[in-house]
Amino acid sequence: MSASLEKGINALKQQVDSSVAAFFSSCVHCGMCAEACLFYTETGDPAKTPIHKTEPLRRIWKSEYTLLGRLGKIFGLNKKVDEKLLTDWETIVYDSCTMCGRCSMVCPVGNDIALMIRKTREGMAAAGHAPEGLIGATKRAVTIGSPMGVKLPALMAQIGHVEKDTGMKIPVDVVGAEYMLLLSSMEIMNFPEFIEATAKIFDKAGVSWTISSEAFEATNSGIQIGVSDIAAELVQRIVDAAEKLKVKTVISPECGHAYTAIRWEGPNLVGKAFNFKVRHILEVLDEFRKDGRLKISGKEEQRLTYHDPCQIARRGGVIDQPRNLINLFSDNFVEMPDTGKMNWCCGAGGGVSSNERADEIRLKVFQRKKDQLDEIKPDAIISACSNCRIHLEDGLEAYHMDIPLLSLTETLAEHLAD
Amino acid sequence: MTEIEFLSWVRGPGFQIAVIIFIAGVIIRFAEILLLGRKANLAEAKGSEMSSGLRTIVTRSIPDKSTFQRSTFTIVAGYVFHLGLFVTIFLFAPHILMFKDVIGFGWPSLPTPVVDAIAVVTIIALLTVLVHRMRSTVLRFLTNTEDYLVWMVTILPLITGYIAFHRIGMTAPTLLAIHILSVEILLVVFPFTKLMHGFTVVLSRWYGGAISGYKGVES
Repeated sequence: MSASLEKGINALKQQVDSSVAAFFSSCVHCGMCAEACLFYTETGDPAKTPIHKTEPLRRIWKSEYTLLGRLGKIFGLNKKVDEKLLTDWETIVYDSCTMCGRCSMVCPVGNDIALMIRKTREGMAAAGHAPEGLIGATKRAVTIGSPMGVKLPALMAQIGHVEKDTGMKIPVDVVGAEYMLLLSSMEIMNFPEFIEATAKIFDKAGVSWTISSEAFEATNSGIQIGVSDIAAELVQRIVDAAEKLKVKTVISPECGHAYTAIRWEGPNLVGKAFNFKVRHILEVLDEFRKDGRLKISGKEEQRLTYHDPCQIARRGGVIDQPRNLINLFSDNFVEMPDTGKMNWCCGAGGGVSSNERADEIRLKVFQRKKDQLDEIKPDAIISACSNCRIHLEDGLEAYHMDIPLLSLTETLAEHLAD
Repeated sequence: MTEIEFLSWVRGPGFQIAVIIFIAGVIIRFAEILLLGRKANLAEAKGSEMSSGLRTIVTRSIPDKSTFQRSTFTIVAGYVFHLGLFVTIFLFAPHILMFKDVIGFGWPSLPTPVVDAIAVVTIIALLTVLVHRMRSTVLRFLTNTEDYLVWMVTILPLITGYIAFHRIGMTAPTLLAIHILSVEILLVVFPFTKLMHGFTVVLSRWYGGAISGYKGVES
């Protein structure tokens, strides 16, 4: 056995806990998870069935943690995890799954299949079977501090532009600020309007906030590729910065997996509870709304819908907040069929967008989103994840649909009363 | 071996062996799952694990509308044969007498003709489930030998029970002995196959619901 394969198998062994064992014990091969997965519904390929994606983890659970499996191992009867299996599964686990978790919501025995796939990725990555694109993004995140290679000078330049355009001061490294805002590289490079919008809202709301020059990147490639050590290192940078600046709350920006990384996996990755809160920007904005800190003027008349980013809604629990906020500035809001916790993924989360090999399939499965949109024909789509936004724009273009994409935070900022 | 000896064996030692393997097997399976444990979650909770887990044990029995539309056959046929199995196993008067004999107490039964009809419906449901499994692209792809074995040991007691009740083909003691033997096979196979979901579904639904509920999502 090669050293990397052994590492992979050990990583898989470490992932098995009582929940995983209960999940595998309960699966009856009913196939309902396939119907919940856009990679199956839009391709008809049974190999995309969610529970099938967990096969490497299942084999380890069976042969190491069950009585029959251990007997089978002695007699050499078990199906093994070998290089061939991991090679075959690489495209299944990384290119055909966004870990959106829709399968986890329909499984009749309650299996959190997305979690099982997240765990399977730990073994795949340890054995060296992760996609080039994600490996590159992860390396850049560790060495440069951003998966897209965005360094501090680039952020400072964008901050400079925003300050010049608005005449406002963007606070950097302010000790004792209430909030510390994280950003995704995508926002820094493609959507600097987000920084401007946040600055305006926070200014009107009268709260103190800051950006850290030492930890401004919210995304976490370690989560997507499935390497906990790296994910932990990236989280630790944020923890160190938040503690140094003594902030009360760290804000995860309009990005899906960043929220999962810092809010839900973060403390478990670094092995201790945080001494600050972590909130998604939409949660913070909704708090402002409740406290009467948001003064809004003017209503959008166009027909608006909201695309729930999977990691924020289904996997994050931020479902009502965006709707409360949209209702502040819209009288013409319409839900897609299957929405909130049952929304369909855009098709590019979970590292799929960083993986060039998956470019074709992510656009193919966009058909699901197209079908959803065709049913309600909105004038514009609001979302709260830059990655969803970029991919939705890609998909709409590929399918010749002319629907603008809006950021919730930015649209809200446009409706602030003077 | 005469048919009476055969019947005595399946009712005596055979039954005891099967029940012991069943109970020991179920205990071993639960132990090997629960002893693995789970790390405490250090993230600030948005909801209660316990109440969400308990709620999901119940609510996951009812699919959402879109899931129902996409998996109508699986859900309807699944409901029919699960309820059918429950009725034929636990609400058939002779079975209740057997339970009373073993565990000391009984409960009211359904009229025998009703159970008889439900047995037929259940057998048909299981047959259609098998046909569906062989015809559906996804199910054929997922299905392994164990899935067919489990189907076989589930339908056998129904068929042998039906035949024994209607005394078709052989003498009553032989038919009854074959029926009891088929149940014993089911009991022995149960803990070591996916039939175990009959018990572990409580665990898996709880874990799934707890993981979601911790993050403030009703699942």
